Amino acid sequence: MAELVKKATRESYGEALAELGDKYENLYVLDADLAGATKTGIFKKKFPDRHIDCGIAEANMMGVAAGLATTGKIPFASSFAMFASGRAFEIVRNSIGYPHLNVKIGATHAGISVGEDGASHQCNEDIALMRTIPGMTVINPADDVEARAAVEAAILHDGPVYIRFGRLAVPVFHDKDTYKFEIGKGEQLTDGNDVAIIATGLMVYEAIKAAEELKADGISARVINIHTIKPLDTELVVKAAKETGLIVTAEEHSVIGGLGSAVCDAVCAECPTKVVKIGVNDVFGHSGPAVDLLKEFGLCSENIVKTVKENLAK
Amino acid sequence: MDELLKKQLQITACKVRMGIIEGVYNAKSGHPGGSLSIADTLTYLYFAKLNVYPNDPKYAERDRFVLSKGHTAPALYSVLAHRGFFPVEELKTLRHIGARLQGHPDMKHIPGVDMSTGSLGQGISAACGMALSAKLTSETYKVYAILGDGEIEEGQVWEAAMFAAHNKLDNLVAVVDNNGLQIDGKISDVCSPYPIDEKFKAFGWHVITMDAHDFDSIEKAFNEAETVVNQPVVIIQTSVKGKGVSFMENQVSWHGTAPNKEQYEQAMSELTAQLKELEG
Repeated sequence: MAELVKKATRESYGEALAELGDKYENLYVLDADLAGATKTGIFKKKFPDRHIDCGIAEANMMGVAAGLATTGKIPFASSFAMFASGRAFEIVRNSIGYPHLNVKIGATHAGISVGEDGASHQCNEDIALMRTIPGMTVINPADDVEARAAVEAAILHDGPVYIRFGRLAVPVFHDKDTYKFEIGKGEQLTDGNDVAIIATGLMVYEAIKAAEELKADGISARVINIHTIKPLDTELVVKAAKETGLIVTAEEHSVIGGLGSAVCDAVCAECPTKVVKIGVNDVFGHSGPAVDLLKEFGLCSENIVKTVKENLAK
Repeated sequence: MDELLKKQLQITACKVRMGIIEGVYNAKSGHPGGSLSIADTLTYLYFAKLNVYPNDPKYAERDRFVLSKGHTAPALYSVLAHRGFFPVEELKTLRHIGARLQGHPDMKHIPGVDMSTGSLGQGISAACGMALSAKLTSETYKVYAILGDGEIEEGQVWEAAMFAAHNKLDNLVAVVDNNGLQIDGKISDVCSPYPIDEKFKAFGWHVITMDAHDFDSIEKAFNEAETVVNQPVVIIQTSVKGKGVSFMENQVSWHGTAPNKEQYEQAMSELTAQLKELEG
């Protein structure tokens, strides 16, 4: 496989906001003292009057964003996933979700690939938390191209959106000239009928690599990118269940409540099928280089290949 | 204050109190105590201060009001109904299945409600966002919010307090309803937020005090608030929880209890007598 350019989706987030700021004059960006890390500093530099630093106070930031949205502005409230979805959960639920306000939450540093900062900052629970809020759209882009497209789609969507971005540079495998992003529509990347590998975020590229390895062993894997975990593309998932009979989900998130759970919910109701979840197995992470942690926690193509083979053999 | 206006406001406030009792009685639940303590302030705001438009509740340039102490929704609903946002008769549907009047303010369904609240400490942040929005795009509307004195035990209130002062939100007026009681008892016994004035001063706010049941005092306070520049304003109002209904006054047990039929009749008879006296 040819070497691809790598880029962290948090950078895509900051750059996309700065680009789209011209086109959407209603766009405002809020931070909680992390504009450098969330990369919204790029927007701040270009549009200083439309950037509001709320200080280290995520709860208030979400409420301020809600207030801005009531007046017709489109705020992107930015912080690390841990604080945006965790600390501020109840404000997101009650001040944004319940009144269905047009607030976008840009959550960076999601998952275990935060790396050295360790478990306190490695948020593996945000997708689970956010998808329980009625009316909340939850997006987890796989690469730079998708992340940028997701930011604009969120602006055009009327209602609250949670978008998850990563700190680690990941391969850019989508073609920016041809890629079409639509909220709620999954992307089938390869054809295959032996197994469906349904992945999200940085695990999508691992799934593509795994499918290539499996192909060499005569196993045809259907790779599906689910960038929008809520609303889930149930049709695509159920079709894959029916046509393959085995689903392996892959996500950089807890196996509780994330993509794997959403897929199980869909297939249980419409086409009961074996689903094997690859994710963080109900444990906290720890400090270390991101790439090493991903391997250690089985969030890699090797573990996908192994899991597929084990389950096909059963 | 002009004597005629004062009399009108007193009469309206009395009717607003009757609407509160009517709502809570018919709901068989709700929060009468803290609703009655803010009845005069809300009446003043909606009948003498706010630029609001009952026929166009979402009018972009209207003043905003956020009831951060959202559990006292019966007071907000009653004042909105009397101001013409929806029929007074609808107050009897409070908390009923299928009703618009939810247990706590719901901006999606109730005309005139500018923010959904109920979880304490959150409304003031949204009010900050609205005030900031006006500053960002040079709009002239003002934002008012009422918080409970127990509510300010929430940490988010102080995040918002810091934010409002930092951003010089002089188009924001917060009222702290200091009736001295919260569910578990006196605020000074539960987890004292006193001194409230010194705390807000330290956070960079302009502090005003007023008597929550004296329209001269109320008018003076809100007029002073309008003269303040570069600072948000907090009005700390000394109020009586349960004000207007003798057996509810200063009784913590009436924080979140509905009157039974006998109590309802007594409350309404007391308020009717007050109204008759006012109407002379």
